Amino acid sequence: MRRWILSTLTLVLAFPLTASAHKMWLLPSQTVLSGPEPLITVDAAISNDLFYFNHFPLPLQNLSITAPDGSSVGAENQATGRYRGVFDVSLKQKGTYRITVPMSGVFASWEANGERQRWRGKKEDFASKVPTDAKDLQVSESVGRVETFVSNGKPTSPSFKSEGVGIELVPITHPNDLYAGEEAQLQFLVDGKPMPGLKVEVVRGGTRYRDSQQEIHATTDSDGKFSVRWPEPGMYWIETSTSDDKVTFKQAKQRSLGYTVTLEVLPQ
Amino acid sequence: MSLIRTRSTHSLVAICFALFASPLMASSLEVKGEKLELKVEVPRLKVSEYHRPYVAIWVQDQKGNAVVNLAVWYQVKGPSDDFGAKWLPDLRQWWRRSGRELELPIDGVTGPTRPAGVHTLDFGTEQLKKLSAGKYTLAVEAAREVGGREILEIPFVWPGEKAMVYQVEGKKELGKIVLTIKP
Repeated sequence: MRRWILSTLTLVLAFPLTASAHKMWLLPSQTVLSGPEPLITVDAAISNDLFYFNHFPLPLQNLSITAPDGSSVGAENQATGRYRGVFDVSLKQKGTYRITVPMSGVFASWEANGERQRWRGKKEDFASKVPTDAKDLQVSESVGRVETFVSNGKPTSPSFKSEGVGIELVPITHPNDLYAGEEAQLQFLVDGKPMPGLKVEVVRGGTRYRDSQQEIHATTDSDGKFSVRWPEPGMYWIETSTSDDKVTFKQAKQRSLGYTVTLEVLPQ
Repeated sequence: MSLIRTRSTHSLVAICFALFASPLMASSLEVKGEKLELKVEVPRLKVSEYHRPYVAIWVQDQKGNAVVNLAVWYQVKGPSDDFGAKWLPDLRQWWRRSGRELELPIDGVTGPTRPAGVHTLDFGTEQLKKLSAGKYTLAVEAAREVGGREILEIPFVWPGEKAMVYQVEGKKELGKIVLTIKP
């Protein structure tokens, strides 16, 4: 988990490795909406505390929003500040929107002039940035997603269509139909197939105002499913990660996979 | 001629009763005359900024599924069509159990918000035809702008064998709710 977050972090921000595992997140202003063309605004940040923007903005260059009919729609009023990214989404259609910030790329390190060199970036830039004769070259690739879901009217499922790459969330309990005291069941796919044995961490927001994280741990079963009983209403951050050797970039030996989602749990 | 026909219908009903003398059968035949009267009190509140509450009243089965929507009061008029629908999810449980599935407005169900006071609502065969004999819960949920939200529930048996009166009282957003079932 830490490895994925670190590699992705350094990948997207190219800032020095730090010892702490920062959390990446999207925070929608609201997840259950109604009325004529409701609008949400979303904060996007990387921080230790949930959900406080006090460290780095989440880069939004690859922001992708899937409308209820499966089509791709754009964000409005997108901006990036010192601590957070922000954008609006107009929910013109009825149903569930999936909001995703994909995090994919390549990390390389090699020896040159007696020093360790590092590079993070897109696959297509690899050839121009990494010397062909690099000594002791180590390459890994990462596939990650930072997501959230919001529904205008009745929650629907077509926007959950799997892309078949990396970790993806499949709802069994719909992510916009969560209530305190109830149990929700969710499923994780890796490359489009249910993934058993994934370790899942669940943390409720508002960490600044309590002494411990009060995280909930779960592990996906043989069908890639796991259950959570929500102790209280609030915004929850859910994270899972893994690694394998199913690389798509031929120079890479290892692939890091990560996924985080923010879900809102309402009171009874 | 018409007199004879009426008589024969009566005797047919009598035969049915004789054949199926189970309570269930009897009640489904009696449903015709069943009525449900509801008194809903919107309390007068001493607050500096008062807006009339959104209120949803519905009947749900024992699994919590909404069976019949009886009334939904929300801001119907506004700068644009369906302007007030934006705040309907504040009626959290109603929105979850029924509201989000609906195309509003619904004739005979949705209407504008109401002022403080006791509102008497009568529901007859037309609204209640979806209720087969059994146990239900009447739910009244209220949510007020810059105020709170409250839900009250009254479990009841339908249809009642004799006139039944059920009563609950809210703490803040709802006053006294009186449900009367008249056979």
